[in-house]
Amino acid sequence: MTEPLLQLDKVSASYGSIQALKSVSITVNQGEIVTLIGANGAGKSTLLMTIFGQPRASSGRILLAGQDISQIPIHQISSLGLAQAPEGRRIFARMTVEENLLMGTIAIGDAYLKQDKDKVFALFPRLKERRKQSAGTLSGGEQQMLAIGRALMSRPRLLLLDEPSLGLAPLIVKQIFAILKEIAKEGATIFLVEQNAHHALNLADRGYVLANGEVRLSGTGQELLANKQVQHAYLGG
Amino acid sequence: MDWMIILQQLVNGLTLGAIYGLIAVGYTMVYGIIGMINFAHGDIYMVSAYLTAICIAVFMSWWGWTFVPLILVLTLIVVILFTSLYGWVVERVAYRPLRGSQRLAPLISAIGMSLVLQNYVQISQSARTQGVPSLISGHPLRIGSEQNFVQITEMQILIVIVAFLSMAVLSYIIQATALGRACRATQQDRVMASILGINTDKIISIVFIIGAASAAVAGVLVTLNYGTFDFFIGFVTGIKAFTAAVLGGIGSLPGAMLGGLILGLAESLFSGFVNTDYKDVFAFALLVLVLIFRPSGLLGKPEVEKV
Repeated sequence: MTEPLLQLDKVSASYGSIQALKSVSITVNQGEIVTLIGANGAGKSTLLMTIFGQPRASSGRILLAGQDISQIPIHQISSLGLAQAPEGRRIFARMTVEENLLMGTIAIGDAYLKQDKDKVFALFPRLKERRKQSAGTLSGGEQQMLAIGRALMSRPRLLLLDEPSLGLAPLIVKQIFAILKEIAKEGATIFLVEQNAHHALNLADRGYVLANGEVRLSGTGQELLANKQVQHAYLGG
Repeated sequence: MDWMIILQQLVNGLTLGAIYGLIAVGYTMVYGIIGMINFAHGDIYMVSAYLTAICIAVFMSWWGWTFVPLILVLTLIVVILFTSLYGWVVERVAYRPLRGSQRLAPLISAIGMSLVLQNYVQISQSARTQGVPSLISGHPLRIGSEQNFVQITEMQILIVIVAFLSMAVLSYIIQATALGRACRATQQDRVMASILGINTDKIISIVFIIGAASAAVAGVLVTLNYGTFDFFIGFVTGIKAFTAAVLGGIGSLPGAMLGGLILGLAESLFSGFVNTDYKDVFAFALLVLVLIFRPSGLLGKPEVEKV
């Protein structure tokens, strides 16, 4: 078997005195869509940020294609092929949409700028209409599209998404998941953190359930959808 | 009301305001990027005045140069380089080790750095008022009649040109270059900037260097214009420039320039028509008034975040 693209090996992390992750092990293979579901405060966002060294893992290893990235300088991580659309989107509100996309290319330089920008605009036509507008004036859904688009601009080997559906109207959520499906079809590897378990598990090849900083369950998307505990806790069944 | 006096004060105010604006740049950019008021910035400006005098002494007395434009240009370049080095060192020594600690710590460190610089200069250069020879002393431009005229010196023209040129270059760098975008990104969200691959520590260093370089330009111009300085000039000028930065909206680069101009003009007009002794009172009163009606300054944007 080939090496997993991303492997978290017994990773623990804390925010101050609160231990947010307890010996979490997760793997994401090349070409997969893997989702991590869990309630608010389960440690999902911390997990994504820990991959980017903020906070640093207090123990365990984070392997990207076999290379331990848990100690390398934070600003060098993106150039290894990781990109994130983080919790709260964190777009640059006082920059234009285009400038935000340009910021996404820092890890790889601007050799593919024109081509990739067109690709993002094809995925999200709304962004093209608003490309000269400052990003702070976009709606929540558009900001989410921008955050995903910015992450795609670095041609990541692995795309990390933190709750792209958060706070968005159901119709927009559907749109965004349709686009994620499209991105995945082109062979992208996606690690998706979601509270919206129904959408996420339907999209994903495999899934993990995180509670109180620990992985409680794992399986294929369909297995988890059918699981009684998951249905009860996360699907309102 | 005499128009010539108004015009004369406008000319003086523009000159003074350009200087305030240049120094305010350092306050506003550093505040914008790490949310800290760099109290040592005024003293960086003071150091640049001494460096100017040293440069001129070396060029003219030691090496015997006489071609003034060359002396001016080289002085400007050398002073910018060395002052930038001071700015960089101050950040590395006094602020970077405190990154991530509570907000008050770097502030106190900055006050400490200000005292260190003042005493360092006082001990190494003596506490006496120092001076440089007047390099540009051509006939001032006079507009108007024999009795009633506006006088513009060559130095004033030089100050305004160099200051505005520097600000134009700086605005261009911040608005239109990759470095400028990285600065703005780091300012808006340091964590996200580093996730995207920006070395934010390096950007913060560069911002300190840009701030010190702007102060150096101001230091050279003021020293050439007034000719005298001492180890304490950074305090009052620093507070004025800081006022200009707050007036314009701290964190905003155009705000710093606008704040500087308004402050300079207001001070000059007040000195010309009301009272020279109370011009500082007027300047700070103006600040208080602006802050009452626009707490984030003239061009400062209140923090708005969409959820």
